[in-house]
Amino acid sequence: MTRHVGRAELSLCSLLRAFGAKVWDVVMTQLLAIIIDGVVYASWLFIIAAGLTLIYGVMRILNMAHGSFYAIGAYAGAGMVGWYFSTGSVPWLSFAVLIGAALIAGLFIGLLIERGLLRFMYGRNEVVMILVTYAILLILEDAIKLIWGVEPYFAYQPYSLLGRTKLAGLSFANYDFMLIVVSTLIGLALWYGLNRTRNGKLLRVVIHDREIAQALGINVSRIFTITFLIGAGLGALAGALTAPGLSVVPGIGIEVIVLAFAVVVIGGLGSVSGALVGALIVGLARAAAVHLYPEVELFVIYAVMGLVLAIRPQGLFAVASARKI
Amino acid sequence: MRLDSLKPLSLACAVAAGTLVTSVQAAEEYKLGLVTFLSGAASGPFGIPAKNAADLVIDAINDGTLPAPISGKGIDGRQIKPIYVDEAGGATKQTAEYRNLVDREGVDSIVGYISSGDCLAIPPVAEELKTLTVLFDCGTPRVFEEGDYKYVFRSHSTASMDNIAAARYINETVDSLKSISGINQNYSWGHDSWRDFTETLKVLRSGDIEITTEQFPKLFAGQYGAEISALMVKPADVVHTSFWGGDTDALVLQAAARGLLEDNQMIFTAGETALNSLGEHLPDGVIIGARGPFGPFAPESELNTWFQSEFTKRFGTPPTYPAYHMAQAVIGLKLAYDKAGADATTEQVIDAFEYMEFEGPGGKVSMNRGKGHQAATEMVYGRLTRSNGEIGFTDVRRYAADCVNPPEGAITEEWIKAGMPGAKCD
Repeated sequence: MTRHVGRAELSLCSLLRAFGAKVWDVVMTQLLAIIIDGVVYASWLFIIAAGLTLIYGVMRILNMAHGSFYAIGAYAGAGMVGWYFSTGSVPWLSFAVLIGAALIAGLFIGLLIERGLLRFMYGRNEVVMILVTYAILLILEDAIKLIWGVEPYFAYQPYSLLGRTKLAGLSFANYDFMLIVVSTLIGLALWYGLNRTRNGKLLRVVIHDREIAQALGINVSRIFTITFLIGAGLGALAGALTAPGLSVVPGIGIEVIVLAFAVVVIGGLGSVSGALVGALIVGLARAAAVHLYPEVELFVIYAVMGLVLAIRPQGLFAVASARKI
Repeated sequence: MRLDSLKPLSLACAVAAGTLVTSVQAAEEYKLGLVTFLSGAASGPFGIPAKNAADLVIDAINDGTLPAPISGKGIDGRQIKPIYVDEAGGATKQTAEYRNLVDREGVDSIVGYISSGDCLAIPPVAEELKTLTVLFDCGTPRVFEEGDYKYVFRSHSTASMDNIAAARYINETVDSLKSISGINQNYSWGHDSWRDFTETLKVLRSGDIEITTEQFPKLFAGQYGAEISALMVKPADVVHTSFWGGDTDALVLQAAARGLLEDNQMIFTAGETALNSLGEHLPDGVIIGARGPFGPFAPESELNTWFQSEFTKRFGTPPTYPAYHMAQAVIGLKLAYDKAGADATTEQVIDAFEYMEFEGPGGKVSMNRGKGHQAATEMVYGRLTRSNGEIGFTDVRRYAADCVNPPEGAITEEWIKAGMPGAKCD
C-alpha cells in the first residue's frame, strides 16, 4: 500500500514537473517573442521617427510631409527592385538597388522642397509650418499617384532572400533582424555625427539657439538644407526597407506618420535619443499587448503616450525651455 | 431698331438653343454615377479593378456586344454615360458626393461603394433623394437587416456568407479539427467575419472548438510580425483571416517568409485578389475564397468566358472578385430596366429589380433577401494546388445560396446562434 502511494506521489510529482516545465517553456517562448517582435517593430519605427525628430530639433518644423518621403522611398525602391529582378541580375545586389533608389529619390525631393519652398518660410510660426508641410503632403500624395499610378508595387524578393532563423521553436525572418542592425547603425551614425564631428557640433549650436548661432557666423541656411536632406533621406530609407514586406499602395505614408508622431512625442520632440527610447517603448508595449492582451493593441500605444505626457509634457528626453517673448 | 438692341435677343435665342441641344443630348444619355476607391490603399486591389470592370461592361452594353441573352444597346435605349466619384474620404464626404451626383450631375442611378461604412450611410440619403442605388461590393449584413429601403439594392451576398461557408468547409475537410485562431482587421468587417466564423463552427461542432488566439490589428497596419508570432506561440489547427487588399498582400508576404503558411492550415476568405500578384508565396493546401463564385471559382458560361478574356485582354490581368462584383451590379441594373420595359419609371424599374433572378459572370444571382433588394449567391472554397507551376484548386466545394445565407428576414447573428434553421445544404 505504502509503495503504491509512493509511486502515485512520484508520478504526480513528475506530471507536475512536466506540466511546470511546459508552462515555463511557453512563458519563455512568449517572452522571447515579445522581445524580438518589440525590438523589430521599434527598429522600424526608429528609422521613420529619427528623420522626423531631427528636422524638428534643428528647424522647428513638425514635418507632416515626412510620411510622403516614406511613401516615395517605398515606391522608388519597389519600382527599381522590380525592374532589377526583371533583368535577371544578381539577387544580392537588390539591397543596394533598394536603398540607393530610395535615397536618391528622398534626397532629390527633399532638396526640391527645402530650396523651392521651405527656405522662404523659415522663421514663421510653428503652426504655419505644420499647415505648409501638410499642404506638401497632400500635393505629394497626388504626385505619387501621377508618377506611379494606383496599382500596387511589389519588391518582395529581398524579404525572402535572407531566409529565416528558428529560435525556441519560432521562425523569424532574417530580414527583420537586418532592420535591427540598420537602425542601430543609423542611431550610432546620428550619435557620432551630432557629438563627435565639427558639423554636428555646429548643428547642436543651431538647435540650442538659432539667432546666436547666426551671430557667431554659422551658416544656418546651409545647416537647415543638410538637416532637411538627412531627414528626407531617412524617411525614404524607412519606406524602402519596409517595401519588401508589403504591397506598396497609395496612402501608405499617411498610415505611418501618426505612429511616428506618437514615438517622437513620447521621446521628446527634437531628441534623437528620445526617438530611440520612444520607439523601444512603443514597440515593446505593442508586442506585449499583441501576445498577452490583443484587444488593447492599438490603445496601448496611445495610453503610453498619454501617460508620458501627463508626467513629462515635453516628452522623456526633451529639455523644458522658457518661451521667448 | 438698332443692331445693338438685338444682341440680348440673339443671346437669349442662343442660350435657349443651347439648352435645347443639351437637353436632347441628356435625353439620349443614361447618366450612371459610379463610386469606387480611386485613391488610397483600397484603390489598387479593389477600386481600380472595379472601375475597369465598369468601363468594360458599360462599353459592351453601349455597343450591344454583351453575350446573349443580354441584348439591346445601352440602358432603356440610352447610351450610358459613366460619372466616376472617388470613394476615399469617409462616409460624411460620400453622402455629400452622393447629393452632388443626384442634384448637380442629374444621374439616373448610382452603382457604388466598397466600404461597409459608406454602405450604411448612403441608403437613407438614397431614400430621401429617391434615386435608384446599387451597392456593389460592401459586405456588412446590417444594410438590410437593420433597414428597409425602396431605392437601394445590393447585387452580391453579404460577408456572412463567406464566413459561414468557411466554417462549413473546414469542418468538413480538416481532419481532427479541435482548435482555431484568427487574424482579422480591427473594425466591423474583421470582427463580424470572425464572429460569424466562430459562431458557425460552435454550432456545427456543438461547442467543441477551442480558440487559441484572436488577433485584431489595425486596418492597413502593414506590419504583422507580432501577430504572426502570437499565432505561432499558440498554434491552432486552422488560422482564419478575412484580410482584404493590401493587408492580405502584407500578411501573405510576412507569414510566408516566417513559415506560418507552410506550418499551419490557413483560410483566406477574401484571398483571391492575392493570387495574381503573390500566388508564388502561397503554398499548396492553403484555402482560398473569392467572396462568391468569382475568378477561378466562377462557373463556366458564355458571359464569364467573355468577361475573363476581354478583361484580361484590355487590362493585362485577370478580373478579381471586386471586378466581378461591379460587373454583376451593372448587368443587374441593365436587366432590371430591360425587364421593366421601355420608358419605365424608376418605381417600375424597382418593381422589376425586386426578387429578380439573373445570370451574372459569377453565375446565378437571386435578389431574394431583404424584401427583394439583397442578393444571395452560392459560395465556393478550394485548396490551392500547382500543376507545372500553374495555380489551380483542389477539393473545391460549392455551397448553395440557401445553405450559407440567412433566410429572408433573419438577423445573421441570431440565425447562426439558433443553429441555422432552414439552411438547405444538400
